[in-house]
Amino acid sequence: MSGLWGMVTDPFMQRALLAALLVGLSAPVVGTYLVQRRLALLGDGIGHVALTGVALGWLVGAAMGLVPDDVLAVPGAVVAAVAGSVLIEVVRRRGRTSGDLALAILFYGGIAGGVLLIGLAGGSSGSLMAYLFGSISTVTTADVWVTVVLCGLILAIGLGLRGALFSVSHDEEFAISSGLPVWALNMAVAVLAALTVTVAMRVVGLLLVSALMIVPVAIGQLLTHSFRRTMLAASTIGVVVCVTGLSITYWHNVSPGALIVVLAIGVYAVVAALQPLLSRRRPPADPHPDIPDDVAVTAPRAGDREEECTP
Amino acid sequence: MTHATDTTTPRAGTAPAAGGAPSTGGEASPVIEAHDVHVRLGASPVLRGVDLTVRRGEVVALLGANGSGKSTLVRTLVGVLPVTAGDVRLLGHPLDAGVPWARVGYVPQRVSAAAGVPSTAEEVVASGLLHGRRLRLPRGWRARAREALDLVGLADRAKRPTHQLSGGQQQRVLIARALVRRPEVLVLDEPVAGVDRPSQEAFAATMTRLVDDGLTVLVVLHELGELAPLVQRAVVLRHGTVVHDGAPPAPQPGHGVPGHDHVHPHARPRTVHTQDVCPPGGPFEAGLGTAGGRFDGGFDGTDDERTAQ
Repeated sequence: MSGLWGMVTDPFMQRALLAALLVGLSAPVVGTYLVQRRLALLGDGIGHVALTGVALGWLVGAAMGLVPDDVLAVPGAVVAAVAGSVLIEVVRRRGRTSGDLALAILFYGGIAGGVLLIGLAGGSSGSLMAYLFGSISTVTTADVWVTVVLCGLILAIGLGLRGALFSVSHDEEFAISSGLPVWALNMAVAVLAALTVTVAMRVVGLLLVSALMIVPVAIGQLLTHSFRRTMLAASTIGVVVCVTGLSITYWHNVSPGALIVVLAIGVYAVVAALQPLLSRRRPPADPHPDIPDDVAVTAPRAGDREEECTP
Repeated sequence: MTHATDTTTPRAGTAPAAGGAPSTGGEASPVIEAHDVHVRLGASPVLRGVDLTVRRGEVVALLGANGSGKSTLVRTLVGVLPVTAGDVRLLGHPLDAGVPWARVGYVPQRVSAAAGVPSTAEEVVASGLLHGRRLRLPRGWRARAREALDLVGLADRAKRPTHQLSGGQQQRVLIARALVRRPEVLVLDEPVAGVDRPSQEAFAATMTRLVDDGLTVLVVLHELGELAPLVQRAVVLRHGTVVHDGAPPAPQPGHGVPGHDHVHPHARPRTVHTQDVCPPGGPFEAGLGTAGGRFDGGFDGTDDERTAQ
């Protein structure tokens, strides 16, 4: 118990826990829209591009002689992630067949560009490890403020425009025929995904960012049948695994990001294993209980038809 | 239900885009106007100079073989596809500016109403309440969604996830999504393709009620089927041009009576498809009278076959 008190009074842990809580809350909100439009891997792609942004920020910081030289890494990641997600959205709009390849090229370019630029900045690819796998224990007060502002923005747009974002993610063609600003809404989802990636970068790292957006949604889908409740369940699960995972690392020296993701996947496995037991209690439903079965309806007709068809 | 088809005079060729005297009285203003519309998809021209006018209160069926451009035309009319050349007006407004989208309902052609994340019928229908600059659901959206689901006979399924509904029920959910905003004009793209018979009948009953209340309908169909008594005019496309604009295939006596069953004397032994209706260069009427109000003159079993697809 005194250990728990020690954890919550530790200023390092306080900042880290607040960041983890906010990220756990907001990442699944954006993830729900990505899964709905079957773009579950978009977060990964943006994460790759964000790495180039980190290295670019580092390069600029080093060139300007700033101390520490990675002070511009996070702003660089935000800029690159937003630019990358907008580019992906434009490519997605232009053509579906070539889009797949264009995305892949963008992803590889992101990682390669990051490693190349960090070398030019005088660092090594080891300098990128903190961004690739997270470094929540080094979160500063300024970082927490950036996280609060960005997560506030993500939640405000992601929840405030839920109806419109649902419509455009569910059926883009119908949304266009409704006169909705589909282009702007698609861009909003892309930019939200980019912001989420940069915010979650500190908690789980760029390579695992997408897991925090997607795995809670996968669990939520198993538990509920409505979009609203899937989002709610996913956010709750996101907060629980982020805070639990981070707390465990207070006592055990393991990577927080990796532990959070493994925890989430563990929850998914347990829920998925239990799900058949949960759904078996419901009797098999007749989709049309109010209508007699087809066989009874068509059987007498077959006889009538023969008479009618006789020339 | 008495829909006297002779009051809407079959227009040979095309109706004038504006200022033309409506045949059904002064109040029948054009709701959908397409003038010399060309649409290209990629390199291939899909629509080549289509003229179409749908007036207030009309029920117009858009017919034609697969690939004739029916879907392309309706998707162009509701702004989903860009017009390559020509002029489209919806409720008197050009597509790029000021169309009152709240008054337009569109039912796209879909196999499923479900997406990557499960959503209830109520949630899908409620998304139809958003249009133009209205990005947030209005107060009482739940009641409005229930009301629309009730129109298509699915009020008891409001809380069910769409992916657990049958294909016909999912199609009805999409129709409810178009109806929830109480549109003046409804554009439907093959609403009964691959749909089970109970859903087809429920759909026809819903449409009958709405048309009685003054709804204007443009519907893409493969066969008139259950809608035959409602359709006042048929427009037939072939290779992206209008080859017929006028009377629909005449229903058999008694066809419009509720409860009739579609047992037709078969002039041809098997299915008459829409492409047979318009033989190249042949007169349009040639294939129609024999089909007895349905282009699909085959056994009634065809509906069941479709369900199985």
